[in-house]
Amino acid sequence: MTPDPLFFSIILTASLLVFAWSCRRRLSLVAIGSEENRFDDLPLRLWNMFTLAFGQKKVLARPFGLNHFVIFWSFMLLALANGDFLIRGIAPRAGLALLPPAIYHPLLMVFDLVSLLALLASIVAAIRKVVAPPYEGAATREAFAILGAIALLMLAYFGLHGAEIAAGKEPAAAWMPVSALAGQVISLVFHPSLFPLLSSTFWWLHAVLLLGFINFLPYSKHMHVFTAIPNCFMKSLAKPNAQPREQFAEGNTFGVGSIDRFSWKDLFDSFSCTECGRCQLACPAATTGKALNPRGVIHSLKQNLLANGPLMQRQGKGVVPLIGNGEGSVAADAVWSCTTCGACMAACPVMIEHTPKLVKMRRHLVETEAAFPEELLVFFENMEQRSNPWGIAPGERSKWSSQISARPFKAGETEYLFFVGCAGAFDSRSKQVTLAMARILDAAGVSWGILGKEEKCCGDSVRRLGNEFVFDRIAEENVALFNEKGITRVITHCPHCFSTLKNDYRQYGLELRVISHAEFIDGLLREGKLQLNHQVTGAGAVVFHDSCYLGRHNEVYQAPRSVITAATGEAPLELPRNRENAFCCGAGGGRMWMEEHAGSRINLNRVDEALAKNPDTICVSCPYCMTMMEDALKDRQAAGTCVRDIAEIVAEGLRPDV
Amino acid sequence: MYAIACIKQVPDTTQVQIDPVTNTLVRDGIPFIINPYDVHALEESLRMKERHGFRALALSMGPPNAQAALRKALALGVDEAVLLSDRCFGGADTLSTSNVIAAAIAKLAERDEVGIVFCGKQTIDGDTAQVGPGIAVRLGFSQLTLVDRIEQVDFLKKRIRVRRKLEGRYEIVEARLPAMVTVVRELNRPRYPTVPMRLKAARAEVTTWNNSHLNLDVNSIGLKGSPTWVSRIFSPERAQGEIIGDGIGNPDGTARMLVERLIAADMLAV
Ligand code: SF4
Ligand code: SF4
Repeated sequence: MTPDPLFFSIILTASLLVFAWSCRRRLSLVAIGSEENRFDDLPLRLWNMFTLAFGQKKVLARPFGLNHFVIFWSFMLLALANGDFLIRGIAPRAGLALLPPAIYHPLLMVFDLVSLLALLASIVAAIRKVVAPPYEGAATREAFAILGAIALLMLAYFGLHGAEIAAGKEPAAAWMPVSALAGQVISLVFHPSLFPLLSSTFWWLHAVLLLGFINFLPYSKHMHVFTAIPNCFMKSLAKPNAQPREQFAEGNTFGVGSIDRFSWKDLFDSFSCTECGRCQLACPAATTGKALNPRGVIHSLKQNLLANGPLMQRQGKGVVPLIGNGEGSVAADAVWSCTTCGACMAACPVMIEHTPKLVKMRRHLVETEAAFPEELLVFFENMEQRSNPWGIAPGERSKWSSQISARPFKAGETEYLFFVGCAGAFDSRSKQVTLAMARILDAAGVSWGILGKEEKCCGDSVRRLGNEFVFDRIAEENVALFNEKGITRVITHCPHCFSTLKNDYRQYGLELRVISHAEFIDGLLREGKLQLNHQVTGAGAVVFHDSCYLGRHNEVYQAPRSVITAATGEAPLELPRNRENAFCCGAGGGRMWMEEHAGSRINLNRVDEALAKNPDTICVSCPYCMTMMEDALKDRQAAGTCVRDIAEIVAEGLRPDV
Repeated sequence: MYAIACIKQVPDTTQVQIDPVTNTLVRDGIPFIINPYDVHALEESLRMKERHGFRALALSMGPPNAQAALRKALALGVDEAVLLSDRCFGGADTLSTSNVIAAAIAKLAERDEVGIVFCGKQTIDGDTAQVGPGIAVRLGFSQLTLVDRIEQVDFLKKRIRVRRKLEGRYEIVEARLPAMVTVVRELNRPRYPTVPMRLKAARAEVTTWNNSHLNLDVNSIGLKGSPTWVSRIFSPERAQGEIIGDGIGNPDGTARMLVERLIAADMLAV
């Protein structure tokens, strides 16, 4: 049954060489990317790889992931069986059969059963692709070809062993139930004289499928079979949304305007995409008809790399523009549609980092081309000139506190800095939240102070919008101010300030203990420092909307929920998309300051989801969410529902009994 | 041929307060900006450079710190920046200001022909709208004010055709070059500086001219050359406002209340 070992050696060597050449050709393109260290902290990286790749943690986060789990582990185990198969093709006496039967026989049983599982899982996957594809266009010919190849490979496995068993040549037949069944079928259908022919036919079919499959992988989305595991190992250990700093010196380039300006890891990402579409299903832009599709972005980067990479290696210049229209390019509109909500990254099973890539392209557009949506011109000028998005005179920053006695922060005298933020200081609705926060802090006897007129925007929006030059100035100034004042502990009530002070300013050497109002109030409640009267909170049925920058980007999920529970006596209602799967309000990533021209509005999508719960109150923890939800409620004329920040609900409960 | 943009560095007026004792503007710690109308003048000079090959030059008169405004102009792409700064230029009204600027433009004309001088229609700190026309008169240039569109520039015939935005109507005007054009905001959408340009501008040369370069009679410039002066600045008295209703808790009721009050005060009719 087995072929001439020499003949097969030649075939095997040739196909492995071709495979190695294909992989090298593709993966060497990654080297045109810029430097980045993804090999620090090995223990943590190994742990990530273990849980995310081998544990399939993210894969299993969606119901259909179980099917992939089965295929993944079947492949892992069958890698052993297939290795054995290839070795025996060149050395028939070698291989696993040399193991003592006590090990070998159970192994055969495992291979047999796992092959059946893989066969079933590939059929299930194919059916799903037809009946309920995850996204439009998911049922590609390539996908079916791969699934078909997997199924055939398994069938060939059973055919091969079945023919051996039928011929009575397999001493361990009792350990191979599925193959034995195949053997019975074969003996029923075929004349015994055909068994050797069948056996070698199946052997060759198996060999050809296996080697063909391996050689096809580098040219398909199934490249992820090889790249996904290392990609999980190389996942960003920092907050990927706190994009790296830039050096502002003449002669430097700013942002990413061509594929070779990405880091090698960005490029490796593009080879790791499984095209599962989870990012796109979670993306607020893609699901509301914007030009952006995170899966499409990653795919375009790969196309661009494949088209330009070899040219760049040879002559340093590509032909396909990175930002533009057409195959292999990312449309500028798409780049601007991102809310930097991070839903794509949270959904991606192989830890691809979409958001930083989009911000890098924004940096190029803003810093090198000065090409951005019209609305942003005034916004950028306001930020630079008056350090707040609205362009209101900085002198008015402390006006919110005119009715209360807010102290200025003084190290040694005040313990916490309450960083009010631009919305909290200038937006009339958000000022209510600021005042509520002040009442809570006072009620709990917290020692707090403010920066007053000296406070400046944290720079979140400019950074996410790619105006790193202006962000850099703002950050430098703020960091200097914080250092000068000896500020170490900060309370924020805007998740954008929170995330920026906490994660981004670290890059400037400022290590602050930044506490979100959700966590801070939660702590006060736990310590018994706040006495709340449930009867007077009057929030009714409360549904909680997660802010992306508090939740996904900083993993504060439970604190706001505990606060609501404490303030109302009842846990909040959960939206279908909650916690790490929460749907953005539409205002992050600087989208707050831009028009939403295409498709349907993101805030309406979210508010409809909330209204389906019939809430009296939509509870938020972010001033942007507040604006977006209130606007959407007005649009839906939902007069019976109001939007409250968690701080407002708590502050209501501070009132004495009425 | 020069396309000159005259720009003025002004205090960011939204942040300016009036000192009630001295009746002057409190400028301490107030950031400066390029007069918003002048930003459009600057933009237009850059477009002239790109479309017609003019040499774009930004010109400003002011204290040494007005360099910042000129650096911004350089970051936006002007080829050259000239600051007119001298103690004896200080305290100028619109007449003596236009004397100095006109002299500087005349000096520039010795180097290269001056085609168009762009000015903002007025500044937000002085609000006179006189300096642009003053320059035109002193130089004998065509005077085109309140321009919201450049229709055509013809080098051979040395002519320019523009659209003026007037109250309730437009006027298409043709004139000979050189011309002085004061611009309104509708003229163009200003650009944003790229980072490489900003970095380059940060160390670029800003030419500074004082009176030894212009040789003007000291009686025609600065405070001495100014027949007008500001005797007092004050904010108009305004009655204390009143907060009515509860806009957050009861927006509908509050809006109704407001409308009723406005009708009662005869400020709104049904
Ligand atoms: S960050 Fe949000 S908006 Fe941007 S691509 Fe990802 S999911 Fe879409
Ligand atoms: S980027 Fe990640 S989530 Fe999106 S399609 Fe690719 S593998 Fe799936």
